[in-house]
Amino acid sequence: MLQIPTWKRIFIWAVVACGLILALPNAFYSRVEQANDARAAIEQSGATAALEEQAAGWPDFLPSGLVNLGLDLRGGAHLLAEVQVEDVYASRMDGIWPELRDALRDARDEVGTIRRVDEGGDQLIVALSDPAGLPRAMEIARGLARPVSTISGVGAQDLSVEGRDGQLIVQLSPEEQSATDDRTIRQSLEIIRRRVDEVGTREPTIQRQGEDRILIQVPGIGSAEELKALIGTTAQLTFNPVISRGGDPDAATSSRQVVYPLLDEPETYYTLERTPVVSGEDLVDAQPSFDQNGRPAVTFRFNPTGARAFGDYTAENIGSPFAIVLDEEVISAPVIQSHIPGGSGIITGNFTVEESTQLAVLLRAGALPAELTFLEERTIGPELGQDSIEAGQIACLVAFVAVLVFMALSYGLFGIFANIALLLNVALLFGLLSLIGATLTLPGIAGIVLTIGMAVDANVLVFERIREELKTARGPSRAISQGYERALSAIVDANITTFIIAAILFTLGSGPVRGFAVTLGLGIITSVFTAIFVTRLLIVTWFDRRRPKTIEV
Amino acid sequence: MRLKLVPDDTNIDFFKHAKATFGASCVAMVLSLVVWLMLGLNFGIDFRGGTTIRTEGTAQVDVAAYRAAIEPLELGDVVISEVFDPSFGDDRNVAMVRIQAQEGQESVASDTVAAVEAALSEVDPSITFPSVESVGPKVSGELINTALLAVGAALAAMLFYIWLRFEWQFAVGAVGALVHDILLTIGIFSLFQIRFDVATIAALLTVLGYSINDTVVIFDRLRENLIKWKQRELRDVMNLSVNETLSRTVMTSGTTLLALIALLVLGGDVIRGFVFAITWGVIVGTYSSVFVAKNIVLFLGVKRDWSKPDKTDGNQFANIDS
Repeated sequence: MLQIPTWKRIFIWAVVACGLILALPNAFYSRVEQANDARAAIEQSGATAALEEQAAGWPDFLPSGLVNLGLDLRGGAHLLAEVQVEDVYASRMDGIWPELRDALRDARDEVGTIRRVDEGGDQLIVALSDPAGLPRAMEIARGLARPVSTISGVGAQDLSVEGRDGQLIVQLSPEEQSATDDRTIRQSLEIIRRRVDEVGTREPTIQRQGEDRILIQVPGIGSAEELKALIGTTAQLTFNPVISRGGDPDAATSSRQVVYPLLDEPETYYTLERTPVVSGEDLVDAQPSFDQNGRPAVTFRFNPTGARAFGDYTAENIGSPFAIVLDEEVISAPVIQSHIPGGSGIITGNFTVEESTQLAVLLRAGALPAELTFLEERTIGPELGQDSIEAGQIACLVAFVAVLVFMALSYGLFGIFANIALLLNVALLFGLLSLIGATLTLPGIAGIVLTIGMAVDANVLVFERIREELKTARGPSRAISQGYERALSAIVDANITTFIIAAILFTLGSGPVRGFAVTLGLGIITSVFTAIFVTRLLIVTWFDRRRPKTIEV
Repeated sequence: MRLKLVPDDTNIDFFKHAKATFGASCVAMVLSLVVWLMLGLNFGIDFRGGTTIRTEGTAQVDVAAYRAAIEPLELGDVVISEVFDPSFGDDRNVAMVRIQAQEGQESVASDTVAAVEAALSEVDPSITFPSVESVGPKVSGELINTALLAVGAALAAMLFYIWLRFEWQFAVGAVGALVHDILLTIGIFSLFQIRFDVATIAALLTVLGYSINDTVVIFDRLRENLIKWKQRELRDVMNLSVNETLSRTVMTSGTTLLALIALLVLGGDVIRGFVFAITWGVIVGTYSSVFVAKNIVLFLGVKRDWSKPDKTDGNQFANIDS
């Protein structure tokens, strides 16, 4: 009746042992962390004696997975950014325009003269001098469309073409828009990752959230402001021909011109051609350096395409100025002195050394395809996180001791069994959290404390049931087995309902709340396991050895 | 030598004062609703957008001086509250400054934060800002929807699960008790104007989980006893079930409350609101399992002829060891 097959005993102890070993690294948190960092550093940039020593701080054969500490415990910055995916539509339209213009000009006999009338938005609007040519113009525009290159958009074209009041309206088709959006987000993710990695911080979280949002969490960074400065700049570098210079911000005379202020003198405006000669996408390298006067500057190098375009343009326009534009501000507008063939150059301005270094980082990582809007930002100081950890540890300890004492007083020997199971339960919980690389947050600590309180519930249910069975059943052995059997349906129902709640929290929550849901959910699994397998095994083992005539629960 | 919170073989008539207890619950629910409607909830920035800045300085927090410093910036609704915690020494004075979401700004304005920080630094040069959090109105709107969805989904899931495992009367009774718990928790948050944010919703859901847990244990025993005592009055069988499980109810609530109170006192001020919601909910939830859920079931009546022939039916998980 009270037999547990040997394989089952071995299995239960094996699970417990696994959990303990997996949880072990967390007991030596800082040492394991150092060793892990050192190993990663050796992997990347070769071994040094100091690193070797640190890596040896934690033996290789032991698992080294740790529970990650959430931002609220470690300190750092959290940003939720929305990518303005529509930004890209306009530049796509600009890209199509030369091709469309040439195609329509070739058919001038049928469509008459053409003029682009939009303002650079997500629609390309072309006015025809001869409205009768509209059908033919639409046909030409449709001929430029290409199939959308995603699985979901099979069969669709990337452009949608309409005609209205003698005007040709071209825009991206809905399928192409969603494909473009997806590309934009992925590109943004990649660039943000590169920029964050450049400053070298541990375990940043950069992930897509929903349709068009990106969540960025960087532990250890001073403030959200710093992080924003690093990733929020689009760093769109372009070289545009200068048309004129003046003080009027509304000097543009056509949609093909833009007016940008000079970075150091906001009252000075340059009127530029909208289409750049070369853009930052053609950059292959950028380094901070100094100009001939010893002022901080950034040197850059173009790829062959960019170098050719830049070389051709400088050869043709000696003596006229061109503007170096960064994010809609003119950094400088030097006059071209001579043909620049090599594809490299230098950007000078009133930079400090930090600014030039930062600019070089941004240029090297590439420009963000679209602007970011920040919807949420949080900065948590490292001291606050440390305080929270300490408070959490003390609370855990006190809760633990209180529950252990309470259980031992209430159930005697059986209470001690339950207490052993409770200790194993928390160890298993940490083991599981380390195994899946979960993140421990402040509410997560609360989840653990709550688990400590609630985990004894399954045992209490069983013990109370055994007490009842003792009154009626024949002999203690039968009472124990009946107690377990009859309490089971209550345990299962009670824990499944709580687990459902944890699952809902996990699905709908984010950040710290999700961390709480994870510890709560895993805590339910480990507590049911320890209560119905581990304590039972303990009790049965004890019972087999002692064979008591009566038991007191 | 045993600690016994509940004597053996209790025979308390939990329906003796049914009118009073159930009536009190109803009154408490109505009062909670009234307080909620009259005072509203002290929503955190998660739900209304805006910025909170935590300040820490060696000088005493002078709320009036802080207010005067921030006033000229014309930021609209600014709430400044001092934070107390037993672990803070004399030279550690913490306050929270909350600034409403600024008109016409979707994203968060960093210069606003910088301006506030500069203004406060003038009042107290030793001041530091251990945490600054901003949430834009767009996200906060979504968070409200998600929170409502989460609570709704949890209630629906419980209704469905209990209905599946028991009978529909039990499901209604259990969910009735849950609504009671939610309302009373919201009521106390409204009454004392405790900050209500996403973490509070998480706490609320945890309370639901705990309360349903408690209710299910009693219902499980009730189901068993209904099969055992086919002829007894439903009311008596219910009393018997609650008495039989009373010791367990008190023990589990006891250990959970022990752990929670440790956390409430020692866990630091950052999660105090969260822990308070859970602690209060556990108390209310335990009460509602005993005094609300089964009263509703009694009121609805239960089909006594359990046509299921086998009593282990609905108990399929019981044979793990065979």
